[in-house]
Amino acid sequence: GKALRDGRAAMSAGGTLSILRSDSYADLSQYRDQHFRGTRYDQERLLRKSCTLYVGNLSFYTTEEQIHELFGKSGDIKKVIMGLDKVKKTACGFCFVEYYARGDAENAMRYINGTRLDDRIIRTDWDAGFKEGRQYGRGRSGGQVRDEYRQDYDAGRGGYGKTVQCQ
Amino acid sequence: MSRRRHSDDSDAGQPHKRRRTSEPSEIEERLESLICRVGEKSNSSLESNLEGLAGVLEADLPNYKSKILRILCTVARLLPEKLTVYTTLVGLLNARNYNFGGEFVEAMIRQLKECLKVNMYNEAVHLVRFLSDLVNCHVIAAPSMVAMFENFVSVTQEEDVPQVRCDWYMFAFLSSLPWVGKELYEKKDAEMDRLLSQTESYLKRRQKIHVPMLQVWTADKPHPQEEYLDCLWSQIQKLKKDRWQERHILRPYLAFDSILCEALQHNLPPFTPPPHTEDSVYPMPRVIFRMFDYTDDPEGPVMPGSHSVERFVIEENLHCIIKSHWKERKTCAAQLLSYPGNNKIPLNYHIVEVIFAELFQLPSPPHIEVMYTTLLIELCKLQPGSLPQVLAQATEMLYMRLDTMNTTCVDRFINWFSHHLSNFQFRWSWEDWSDCLTQDLEKPKPKFVREVLEKCMRLSYHQRIIDIVPASFSVLSPANPVCIYKYGDESNRSLPGYTVALCLTIAIKNKASNDEIFSILKDVPNPNQDDDDDEGFTFNPLKIEVFVQTLLHLAAKSFSHSFSALAKFHEVFKTLAESDEGKLHVLRVVYEVWKNHPQMIAVLVDKMIRTQIVDCAAVANWIFSSELAHDFTRFYIWEILHSTIRKMNKHVLKIHKELEETKARLARQHKRRDSDDDDDDDDRSSDREDGPLEEQIERLQEKVESAQSEQKNLFLVIFQRFIMLLTEHLVRCETGGIDVFTPWYKSCIERLQQIFLQHHQIIQQYMVTLENLLFTAELDHHILAVFQQFCALQA
Repeated sequence: GKALRDGRAAMSAGGTLSILRSDSYADLSQYRDQHFRGTRYDQERLLRKSCTLYVGNLSFYTTEEQIHELFGKSGDIKKVIMGLDKVKKTACGFCFVEYYARGDAENAMRYINGTRLDDRIIRTDWDAGFKEGRQYGRGRSGGQVRDEYRQDYDAGRGGYGKTVQCQ
Repeated sequence: MSRRRHSDDSDAGQPHKRRRTSEPSEIEERLESLICRVGEKSNSSLESNLEGLAGVLEADLPNYKSKILRILCTVARLLPEKLTVYTTLVGLLNARNYNFGGEFVEAMIRQLKECLKVNMYNEAVHLVRFLSDLVNCHVIAAPSMVAMFENFVSVTQEEDVPQVRCDWYMFAFLSSLPWVGKELYEKKDAEMDRLLSQTESYLKRRQKIHVPMLQVWTADKPHPQEEYLDCLWSQIQKLKKDRWQERHILRPYLAFDSILCEALQHNLPPFTPPPHTEDSVYPMPRVIFRMFDYTDDPEGPVMPGSHSVERFVIEENLHCIIKSHWKERKTCAAQLLSYPGNNKIPLNYHIVEVIFAELFQLPSPPHIEVMYTTLLIELCKLQPGSLPQVLAQATEMLYMRLDTMNTTCVDRFINWFSHHLSNFQFRWSWEDWSDCLTQDLEKPKPKFVREVLEKCMRLSYHQRIIDIVPASFSVLSPANPVCIYKYGDESNRSLPGYTVALCLTIAIKNKASNDEIFSILKDVPNPNQDDDDDEGFTFNPLKIEVFVQTLLHLAAKSFSHSFSALAKFHEVFKTLAESDEGKLHVLRVVYEVWKNHPQMIAVLVDKMIRTQIVDCAAVANWIFSSELAHDFTRFYIWEILHSTIRKMNKHVLKIHKELEETKARLARQHKRRDSDDDDDDDDRSSDREDGPLEEQIERLQEKVESAQSEQKNLFLVIFQRFIMLLTEHLVRCETGGIDVFTPWYKSCIERLQQIFLQHHQIIQQYMVTLENLLFTAELDHHILAVFQQFCALQA
């Protein structure tokens, strides 16, 4: 029982190799939320134990059900929170996925990040935790910032960027 | 900054030369990096890299011997795919420093013993193989290796030990022979012949009841699903017939033969296999998965035959690469594709076969299923001109053989294929599969297509699926996932409860509270009894129907809406579903409302278990109820059941962990008190301190026992219902004179197997109860066979 577990732990701790410990997909990215209330240190501490992922580059038409189906492949989902346009209150292309267990979120980072949902390559990143208000886009027009200034036409994200549309 | 002296390494009396630029830990990292990276792509040849590294390490031995020993032992254990690179390195070091060679061998034996003691059998095999290849590098004397193998094989003579124990020692011996068979046979042919004949007689007499449970296909054509030891034995026999000539393994030590044969060899100390204990857990037996042979790539290099030792070595190495790099999908794909021998073997076919072997492995894949999907996508990205075609060929072959594929493996095939397609715009030549349209919908092929399309829909949306398949496939297309509200239409106004439903709708839209809902529901008559309790809420199916139908209909918009509804009216749910019948009826109504949307049913059931509106046993009973008989073979039902069992298991583990943690806290508290000074006063106050913790422990102990009992009950309910269902079918077939093996029967019996396999660790605890209560001798032999196969797995 316990002796065995301790023995196995000792074997693993005493001898592993850094090349085998590499887990780059599950590491923190460079991104830090500028609106986070607290120090950088606080934020990183929360990111390292978080079970919540930010998911970006979704189509505006991607549903909670689709997200649940895809992200459910790495473990049981506690909650999906759809990102909304602050003005229109409609989906604006991002969401949060919270798992019960961090290990399941790590597997999502390893195997779902960078694959397709609704034909789009989606991107996941660690999130410090959902707080009321964070479900809204931070762009001036109400959607995400990236949709304010982009120049390309993206049918799944409202067409042209907002500044282009206003020209 | 600490500047630790390496007193264990440095010679006594020598002044310690401080390196001014690097810290000791940096040097260790550098050493580890140098050692790990040798053998990777490089501008210089492998031989010159090995020679260079041997020189560096030899120079570092005075100061870093124990670190180097540790690193080398670790790569031996954890990088088996580079076995011969590292044995060569050790050979070179031994040639330069005989003592180091001896110490390394000793360290390896210590590590081997440790691994066996803590049940790390897979890693132990790598160590044994490493030791055996050291014979080829003149580090270990062949006779002493043979002696070790003699001790291994003699384990098969032990009495009253599990077969899986003997199996492991046999496997460790046989699986080393591709590397060292030639050398051992040349030096000790009589002993080797004796060992091989002992092997043959062990393999003949060992039981193989477990094999059918682990096979991916029930048919032997085109490739038999061989038990792993049988396959390996055939391979070794063929190797012997070929006079131990083996040409696939890269052997860098051959280039250093002149240096190495000058080295002095060490004798392995006599190795006694550690005895079997109660805590010993040996690896489960396996079945070798094969889907390709030399006919499948007629234009490319020839695929080594199923009984060739090359096939064994390639498969072992590819599995090891996945094991090393499963977390890093790009690295994993790159390492797989750079496996040496690319132009001599059809590497893409081997890779695809090995990946599917893991994906379809029973009881479970070595890694999480979604990893394999993403790994295959990475491989397609790296080899866009060749790998997708092999994958398409593989998919076609798997489809052709669906009739005999194990149901659990079909599940995984469905999940993989639908997820894969969603990454490639669902492009597939569906017309190629039109043959399934003429078959009975319950047959494996049309069933597979239906389930795939349903999963594809979950990852996209209904109209997309209608668009991607030919019109002829509409019979297999999933239903539009809309909710069915029985009180929706005016034409339904004659239904009992219709007016209450209307009332409820208005109330809920006006943000009614739980109490208001209760009072509205009070007016609902109970069809079950003549007089209702005035205050009590005894089981009233109509109340449940009206409330649940209405609420779910109002909250139908999304998962979040439904979850909010469950949360807001939790009190009403709990009250209505208080009794077992109430729980069952809630589940029935959920199904009636959402039968077009299995995904919604699954998430609602999950939520209701987590918020304790229903319990796991209720879900199990519901799944086996007659109302669900029509959907019994559908994939989503089993996803729900297994998810339910997993939640139960996690719950037990969680409380158990809490209990252990609280016990640990109490122990720490005692320790703190004992180490502090002993005042008489403290004795009394310490009892008071203990009090709340001890109470907590008692309460948690009760919680654990009750959870474990609930868990056991869940499994017993499931097994009981399976037995009832299967017995019914068997009796009906017998009396009617029809064949037992209908598609339904195959599915059902394999679902029973799946319960055993997927939760085998927990179920092992119940063996006595199962044997005495449920799986008794009176049971039909078809059903009993499943239980016996399961028992044979760890026997």
